[in-house]
Amino acid sequence: MIRDITLGQYYPAKSVLHRLDPRTKFVGTLMFVISLFLFHTFLGYGVATFFLAAMIVLSKVPASFMFRGLKTIFVILLITVGFNVFLTPGHILWQWGFLKITYEGLAQAAKMSIRLVYLVVGSSIMTLTTTPNQLTDGLERLLSPLRRMGVPVHEIAMMMSIALRFIPILMEETDKIMKAQIARGADFETGNIFQKAKGLVPLLVPLFVSAFRRADDLAMAMEARCYHGGEGRTQMKPLCYKGRDYAAYGIALIYLAVSVLFRVRGI
Amino acid sequence: MSIKLKNVSYIYSPGTAYEMHALENIHLTIPDNQFIGMIGHTGSGKSTLIQLFNGLLKPTGGEVFYNGENIWSEKFSRKNLRSQVGLAFQYPEYQLFETNVLEDVCFGPKNQGLDPEAAKERAKKALEQAGVPQELFDKSPFELSGGQKKRVAIAGVLAMNPRILILDEPTAGLDPRGRDELLEQIAALHKTRGISVVLVSHSMEDIARYVQRMIVLNKGRIAFDGAPRQVFSHCQELESMGLAAPQMTYVMQDLKRRGLSVDVEAITVEEARDSILSALKGAGHDS
Repeated sequence: MIRDITLGQYYPAKSVLHRLDPRTKFVGTLMFVISLFLFHTFLGYGVATFFLAAMIVLSKVPASFMFRGLKTIFVILLITVGFNVFLTPGHILWQWGFLKITYEGLAQAAKMSIRLVYLVVGSSIMTLTTTPNQLTDGLERLLSPLRRMGVPVHEIAMMMSIALRFIPILMEETDKIMKAQIARGADFETGNIFQKAKGLVPLLVPLFVSAFRRADDLAMAMEARCYHGGEGRTQMKPLCYKGRDYAAYGIALIYLAVSVLFRVRGI
Repeated sequence: MSIKLKNVSYIYSPGTAYEMHALENIHLTIPDNQFIGMIGHTGSGKSTLIQLFNGLLKPTGGEVFYNGENIWSEKFSRKNLRSQVGLAFQYPEYQLFETNVLEDVCFGPKNQGLDPEAAKERAKKALEQAGVPQELFDKSPFELSGGQKKRVAIAGVLAMNPRILILDEPTAGLDPRGRDELLEQIAALHKTRGISVVLVSHSMEDIARYVQRMIVLNKGRIAFDGAPRQVFSHCQELESMGLAAPQMTYVMQDLKRRGLSVDVEAITVEEARDSILSALKGAGHDS
């Protein structure tokens, strides 16, 4: 039933982007996002398009996966386009009552939607080529300077990876509990909203009981293996930069420099 | 009252990278009033098969009939089917949720549309037959021991008065004494209620002495289907499937090979003892 839903977006493949250090990908994505806000001409967006297309080809992930994430922002995109098209003052092309379409409005709407779409596709490239565990590892290392300011970086990263780890387990458990209750005549599908909500009790109680039990067991197992937080803890696969990471940083910096130049020169 | 499977197959996640053939070409009939053991190694398709019996899973190929009616035809009520074919899963934790044991067992009968009083009557009877002592009725199901939880879970299905009761690994995680007690109780249930019981297990020895018929699954196919003694006579094939015949079968076959004319179909220690004694007596007369 529920098992068919795949979680996380990781798409296993063998590409340069997959092999890159998660920190590199994180910083690179950040640079790409900044560049999207620096560019403000169609020529600039042309450069961004070229860069993004090159990344998609390099990642060896089917392009259809890239654009899947767009479904979730479709409504936001529609609202943004609507507001920009109808409410930007300028050279009027068409008017009906208080609604008017201006040349500036159309240009603005096009730019905004390019930005939004590229934003989502750009960050999809990162999540599609990086496993959730690598992501949290990378985040932990990137944020580690914050530790001096008293931010429990390791603990946050640990919590994130445990949560990610447990999602598929809890999904499977939900499936099993549902089946056990359906076998006893429970009905999760028909009825009005109140009946449906009440019908969830036989599902939620065992699920919560089991989640708490699992959390207890995990805490016990971690303590039995002397887990005591991040201090002095080493990693089995420590992150370390390779030649390709420095190359990637170089390319990303050049790209960012170009976008700054475009902005300064007003191209 | 019978379940009939016709050329049934089941594939998990068909058409994706995770596609897995769990069952292939299953032909099977579960008749009235029969005690059946279903055996198979982990991943042989046992759990998938029992979920086809009560319509929790829809076969990807073939048909399932209950009393001659296709259970996936449009007008067939699968909710009704599930109260006729009771299925208790391996882990009782997945179904216990009420504040006390009695209420929890009432869940099934209430879903069948019984009023609270009638449901309670049924629940009490089911709990008694599943071997749950009366003083536990008011306790929270989460305070019980593993064996007690199992019995309550079985009672929860039994209270729906099913014609066919399917139990998935009821003895897993029980100590030998608890296991024997529970199996005795299940055998008694089969007799007193006159219902069919399907007992799923990965251990031959546990259930060999109770069941009338044994279905052995291997890699999604039925390998053997017959009386336990017949099935055990294939003990080499069973071993190649990662299953073992009861210890007595090995002892008796070894004795036979060394020239003592014993009955190789003996399963229990008692049967083996009698057979060896009579064989020895016979041998004594000859010399």
